[in-house]
Parts: sequence; structure tokens; C-alpha cells
Amino acid sequence: MTTRAIGARIPRNEDPRLLRGLGCFVDDVNPAGVLHGAVLRSPHAHARIVSIDTARARALSGVVLVLTAPDLGEQNQPTPLLIPNPNLTHPRTPRPLARDEVRFVGEPVVFVVARDRYVAEDAVAAIDVTWEPLPAVASIETALADGAPLVHADVPGNRAARMVQRVGDPDGAFASAARVLHEQLFIERSCGSPIEGRGVVAEYDPRAGTLRVWSSTQAPLPIKNGLARLFGLPEFRVDVIAPDVGGGFGTKIMLFYPEEILVPFAAVRLGRPVKWTEDRREHLIAATQERGQRHDVEVAVDADGRILALRDRFLHDAGAYTPYGIVVPIITSTQLPGPYKLRNYAVEFDVVYTNTAMVTPYRGAGRPHGAFVMERVIGLIARELSLEPAEVRRRNFIQPHEFPWDVGLTFQDGGPTRYDSGNYPLGLELVLARLGPGDFRRRQAEARREERYLGLGIGCYVEGTGIGPYEGAHVRIEPSGRVFVATGLTTQGQGHQTTFAQIAADALGCDPADVTVVTGDTRKFNWGAGTFASRALVTSGNAIGIAALKVRDKVLRIAAELLEVSSDDLELAGGVVGVRGMPDTALTLGALATVANPIRYAFGKEAAEAALRLVKPRKGAVLAPGEEPGLEAYGYYAPPHATFASGCHAAIVEVDIATGDVKILRYVVQHDCGTVVNPTVVEGQIHGGVAQGIGGALYERIVYDEQGQPLTTTFMDFLMPTTMEVPEIEIIHTETPSPLNPLGIKGVGEAGAIPVPALIAEAVDDALAPFGVRVREMPLNPGRVLALLAEGRATA
Amino acid sequence: MIPPEIAITVRVNERDYVERVAPRLLLSDFLRHQLGLTGTHVGCEHGVCGACTVLLDGAAVRSCLLLAVQADGARITTVEGLARDGEPLHPVQEAFREMHGLQCGFCTPGVLLSAVELLRDTPHPDDATIRRGLAGNLCRCTGYQNIVRAVRRAAELLDRR
Repeated sequence: MTTRAIGARIPRNEDPRLLRGLGCFVDDVNPAGVLHGAVLRSPHAHARIVSIDTARARALSGVVLVLTAPDLGEQNQPTPLLIPNPNLTHPRTPRPLARDEVRFVGEPVVFVVARDRYVAEDAVAAIDVTWEPLPAVASIETALADGAPLVHADVPGNRAARMVQRVGDPDGAFASAARVLHEQLFIERSCGSPIEGRGVVAEYDPRAGTLRVWSSTQAPLPIKNGLARLFGLPEFRVDVIAPDVGGGFGTKIMLFYPEEILVPFAAVRLGRPVKWTEDRREHLIAATQERGQRHDVEVAVDADGRILALRDRFLHDAGAYTPYGIVVPIITSTQLPGPYKLRNYAVEFDVVYTNTAMVTPYRGAGRPHGAFVMERVIGLIARELSLEPAEVRRRNFIQPHEFPWDVGLTFQDGGPTRYDSGNYPLGLELVLARLGPGDFRRRQAEARREERYLGLGIGCYVEGTGIGPYEGAHVRIEPSGRVFVATGLTTQGQGHQTTFAQIAADALGCDPADVTVVTGDTRKFNWGAGTFASRALVTSGNAIGIAALKVRDKVLRIAAELLEVSSDDLELAGGVVGVRGMPDTALTLGALATVANPIRYAFGKEAAEAALRLVKPRKGAVLAPGEEPGLEAYGYYAPPHATFASGCHAAIVEVDIATGDVKILRYVVQHDCGTVVNPTVVEGQIHGGVAQGIGGALYERIVYDEQGQPLTTTFMDFLMPTTMEVPEIEIIHTETPSPLNPLGIKGVGEAGAIPVPALIAEAVDDALAPFGVRVREMPLNPGRVLALLAEGRATA
Repeated sequence: MIPPEIAITVRVNERDYVERVAPRLLLSDFLRHQLGLTGTHVGCEHGVCGACTVLLDGAAVRSCLLLAVQADGARITTVEGLARDGEPLHPVQEAFREMHGLQCGFCTPGVLLSAVELLRDTPHPDDATIRRGLAGNLCRCTGYQNIVRAVRRAAELLDRR
């Protein structure tokens, strides 16, 4: 056997194309005669639409179609509630175009199609809408105030959902606890903001009755099936393709976005291709957002800092609609315990409507909030008992021999929150060994004498990854010897064309460079869900492994028949099969693929040789009963429940007390995502996650004014980190394979982002301990740091 | 009232074009939609993200902040011009492949052209110089770690050439 493909640091199959500028993103798709759409969006956070006059827009040269809500007829129904939950008592989903009332700035009202985007935008500017502005609620607090305006007239108190979960006997534990500590914590609105915004192209062929849609989405299959239903087309006449996708981060798992219906609708209506490409302002007001919670947490501890019970009540800002259900707060509530033993835990949350953009999962999906709360609690205990926060963590960790560990809660997928494997104490010790905390405390003391303020922060997390329902794969060896792999979910930068190829190559004994992977194209694979919840490698990866092993079995069976040996005597490596120790018996995978498809008419020497076999005497039919042609197989993998990855990050920061600037001097990551298929790719995922976490911790903030007007509508206002803000990130891999799936994989896509706000908070607390600063809010921009310093000095 | 189109002459990736363009057409849209050079990407259309960076008479510029008519007479290099059909990857492209300097690949064309300019002006940059040189290109996937490494590697590859 040659070197395993799984675990190898190989360069990515997708890179040459992307580096040459030959990627194909949605806006690069240009069917002949394509028209361009633009959306008139609500300028009000809450208003009644009195009238819409489109006459001037329609009269413009080059304008082809102007659609308002009534023009959509039946197709303007509320979009589906993706993940219902009995606790979501008042779900509300948007219509593609608002009918009588708009509920956030950016909500689509009119869709225009024109010769080009410039003319389409001219037309939008020429539409006259008479609005009757209504009072708006732009924050959780105002939404819950007595007599607050209602986002939806039929949702009393703006409460969409309320959920309570309980483990053990928290009330009893609180009653008898040595100490009870309380904290109020707040995490701001933020958003994923991939560099490629959203985009949709649709083409309808009236002769064939086929609808083809390209969308920059993380889930083309559900969109395909939904569009078929909505437009009354057979599923087999609708194709949805997610071509190259320029980042997703959860923003593009939301479906259906209104434009995903408006663009196909216009294409069907016109019988001509239509494209809509989101601009950045649209993205920052109308794409979905996240974070945005207020927590009241109480913890009961014994005299040694062991947690006896924890009680958390929180409010979750849903924005104007709940198309994605209440997944985000459920994840917050179930992942809050992290790596710690919480035998008594009560959590309850309210989901609150506001007149702001919709909230759906963004990388981390509720976990950064939960980790922020839990790790702030650890810091609170440490301060109360004058312990190092690391020591408080040690005293509360779930131990390696205690797996599987049942948290006792129902997870986002309806399954148990049951940690399958891990080693949390090891992660902390590895990180501390790298940073040298003893030495740090000495340097910190020296720095303080020079009035420089250094701080150490740690953040631990456990992340439920790889949830169901399932994914599938098709693996086929072609007569060229190349391997074709297709799976239903998508790729938006994770390197699936490489890691999926490595899994197939590992099973088939070939070079990953000889494996072509197609993702996100319903023409190539028709079953599955999408790329979200750090699930792609767990679900599709294992499905590909299962399918590839079936193909491997057939390869060995056919080779054994041809060579008249037992398949046990065969060796499969380097793209050839032969009898072990007899190199001249070697048959290429391509030759075997040719043999496995017994037809006579094909190019090439191997085809001719295979055809010759057909003229030889044989016992029966060319294909024996039950036999299928070719070297191909389908495989599916449905996880029993989530597999739980984990990690520990730590950083040393320096806070400038004059400017409020927080500079990260060291950043160390330990992470455990089970079996690592490609360490380089995994590191890349972590790097990006940490950078996003740093954004969330220090810079990124979606701001609405009191009237619900968004104030952060450009990249000059919504500040994402650049090369100047993200420090060198040091990574330590540990591998505790998951016992739940054949490859032992856990997800890693979101991991990097999860603990960052928590540990930056701890580091800033530590740096500014002489001023009595206690961080309770994220992000920590310079203004907020200065305010904390002023507050600390005032109370000192 | 849409004003009449204006004729411009540009040399893009060593090829001459004479084109008629609307006065308000952005250079980014001209390259992408009129010339079909879709390697230049548009991320914000307000000059911050840098995805649309091209070289205009050798200088890295935001093509979303220029009108096509302003490029009349100019020489432009887009990502497609770094290594044309059949040519091996440009050393900067090769370095990004070696060092995993890209993930989704959307910001990459702009990053590559900024790096080409940086390494032309500063052939042996230290990390701080690399970071300053690329501070105008937003990347949401990589956390810049491997971008910085790739530019360092590209400097080595260019030296060998």
C-alpha cells in the first residue's frame, strides 16, 4: 500500500482554475440574451404601503418587466418555515414581495427587469411609492417594552417563541450553594458578509419546459425541490446549480431568499434569462444577520470553584421574520455548557421580533454567544475566588474517561446533545504549554510597571457538528482512469474538490489529483441537504467513503475474475490493481472500467481489448443477473446524532489605555476535529474562523438607529479585519476520532470563530484588572474600551 | 436621457480593444461584461474590498471606482493576463497554490494583482511590508495567514526566475 491520501497535505485541485481567473461565480454566468434585475427595497423599518406607481419606470427605454406583489399571484405566498419547532408559537416568514406592510429597511417591494443593471436601477429610482410610516422597534429592549409597537400586528408582545430546558435540579443546587454569582451579558448584531454577495440567474426553456437556476447558495437541492413545487414543474425539469460560491458563512444557507423566487419568476414569465446580483449595500441591509442576544446568567459554585448549577435567561433578536425557525437560540442554549460538567442547568429564552434584517445562522450559529456566556462565567468565578481562570476550567472539565457525556438537552437536530469523544484538559494544557503562563505573569507585571497593559485570555468550546439528515455520493471510475465524484451539498471555499477527492482516492488507491469532484449541481446528484453546521466532510465525506468502498469491492472482484486469483491476493495502489508481488499482472483502473462496461464501440486500445473479450465464448448474458455496468456506486451517510468537536484558544493582548486599541500579540489554537483529512485545509478553516471571530470581538457591528435605520451599510462602516488586524495564528492539532462515523471525522468549518469573543473579553479583563474593568459586551471597539476604563476608574 | 456611447481604446492583457461604452459604465463592468474577463470580481463597488483590483498602467487600482472612459488609452492587466492560456502559472499564482493562499477564490484575483505590484516595487518584503501592502484587500476566508506566506514564497520564486 502506498501513502494514505487521507491525512496528506496536498495542494488543492480547485486552485489552478481559481488562480487563473477561470472560476465561475454566479455573476459570471451569462446565458445569451440575459436581462438584469434590480430590487426596490423598503426605506422604512416599518410602514404601510399606500400605493405604488410604476408608470414612469415602465416607460423607460430598456425596461422589460416591473413586478409588484399582486403581479406574482399565487407565487407570492409566504416562504416556507424551514425548521418548525413547537416552541416557535408565532412563526412569520416573508413573502417574495411585501404586500401591504414592510417590516425592515431592505425588504423587497418591487422587482424590475431591464436590459442592463444600470437601466434597472434607473427604473427603481423612477418608481413612486406612497408610504405611511409606522412606529418601529429596533432593539430587543424596545420590542419588549410595555405598549411597544408590534412588528406583526398578530404577534402579541413581539414574542415569536419561548423555550425552556432543564437538566438536574438547578433550583435545589442554587438553594444550597456556597456562592451565587450573577452577570448580564450582551452580544451585538453582526453578519457573515462573504466577499461575494448573493446572486441568482434563471433561465426557462418553454420548449422543453425546463427551469435552470444558478444561485450563490449553500443548499441548491432544497431550492430545486421548492421551486418545482412553487412553479408546478416536475422536479426533474428543474435544475439548481451553486457554481463557485465566494464564501457563505451561513448567510447563504438561508432559503428561500425573495430573489431566489423573483428571478425564476421573471425568467418564466419572460421566457428569457434573468440575472440579479446583490450589491454590498443590499447585502448589509437585506441579507440575513446574526448574533444579537442579551443574557442574564447566574451560577452557583462551591468554595473550590466547582460549578454546582447554572441558570441562564436570554433574549434573542429574530429580526423581522423567522424563516429559519429558532435554531440559533436552541444552539446557544444547548452548547453553552461547553466542555464543563453542568449537572444542574436551566436555560430559557425568548425570541423577539424587531424591525431589522432577518436573523439566521452565521458561522458559529449561536455558539459564540453561548461560549461568551460560559467563559465569562468562568472568569467571574476566577475573580470571585482569586483563582487563575485556567484553574477554574481544570476543576470543571469533563474528563477523557467520561465519554460519551450526555449534556441532557435536546440538540438543534432533535437528537441528544451527547458528546461522543474528546480530551478537553489536554487541549488547555497544550495551549498553556505553548504560551507559558508563568512567564507571562512575570512579563505582565513588568509591563504594568511601564504602564503597558498585557492580558491573557482563554476560550474553550465544544461544537456539535456533522448533523443530519444525511448526504449521499456517486462515485464512478471512467475508462480514462479518472474518478468522478458527485455529492449534493456545496462548496464555498472549504476545499471539497480536494478533501472529498482524498477520501475517494484513499479507498480506490489512486491519486487525489485524478479525482474530479462536483458539488452543488442538482443535475449531477439529486439527494441531500446542503453545506451548513460544519457538516460537509462528516456527511458527504463518509457517503463518498462508503460509495468508493463499494466501487473498490467491484474493482477487486472484476480484477480477480480477469486474473483468475482470489481478491485477497490483489493489491490496489497507484491507480492499478495486480497480484501482490507480480507487477506484470497490473491492470489500470481505467482498463477495469472499460471491462466493466461491455460494449464494443469506443475509442482507445483498452476499449478494443475489452471488446475482444465479448467475442469470446461465455456462459450467459454479458451482464449477469443483478450485475450493473461500469465501476460506479452510490453511498449515503446519515449520522445517528451530532459529533462534537472541541478546542481551546488563548491569546495575549495589549490594551492601549490612551486610545482604547486592543492589539493581539500572540494567538494559539488547539483544536480537535477527529480524523484530519487534509491538515492544510483544516488550518485554513481555523485561520478564517479566528479572523471572523476577531472581527466579532473587536470591530464588526451592525448598527440600527432608534427608528430602525441601518447605519452600517458599507465596508467603511461595517469593519471587517484586514491583514493589519489579524495576528499570526499558531495551531496545535489533536485528533480524537469520532466513534460515530466510519472515517472518525468531526466538523471544523465554524470552530475557529466560536471562542474568540470569549477569550478576548477575558484577555482585556486581565489586562485592565488594575482598573477593575469587567467586559460584558461585544464587540470591544476602542470607544467601548475607553468607556470601560472610565467606568472602572469611577468605581475604583 | 441616456447620453451617447463613447469610443475608447484600451490594451488589456496585451490585446488591443476599440470599444463603445456608455459614459457611466464602470471599468469593472466593462472588463467583466463587455470584454468577458470575468476573473475580475466585484465585492463592494465602493472601493474598500479590493476584489476588483487590476493594474492600470502598472498601478494597482480599484476598477469599481473608475469609469471605463477613464481607461481610454490605458494598458490594463487583469488576473487573466498573469498567465495566459497554456502558460504555466505566474510565480505569484504558483506561490498561492503552494501555500494554500486562497479558499473560495473570490477575493483572490485582486489579492494577486496587489501582490504583483507590491513585489515589483519591493522584491524582498518583510512580513510587516507584506501586510501593509495587502491591507487594501479584504479576504473573509483565510484570515490572511497563508496569503502572507504566499507572498513571501512568491518573492522567492520571482528571485529564482
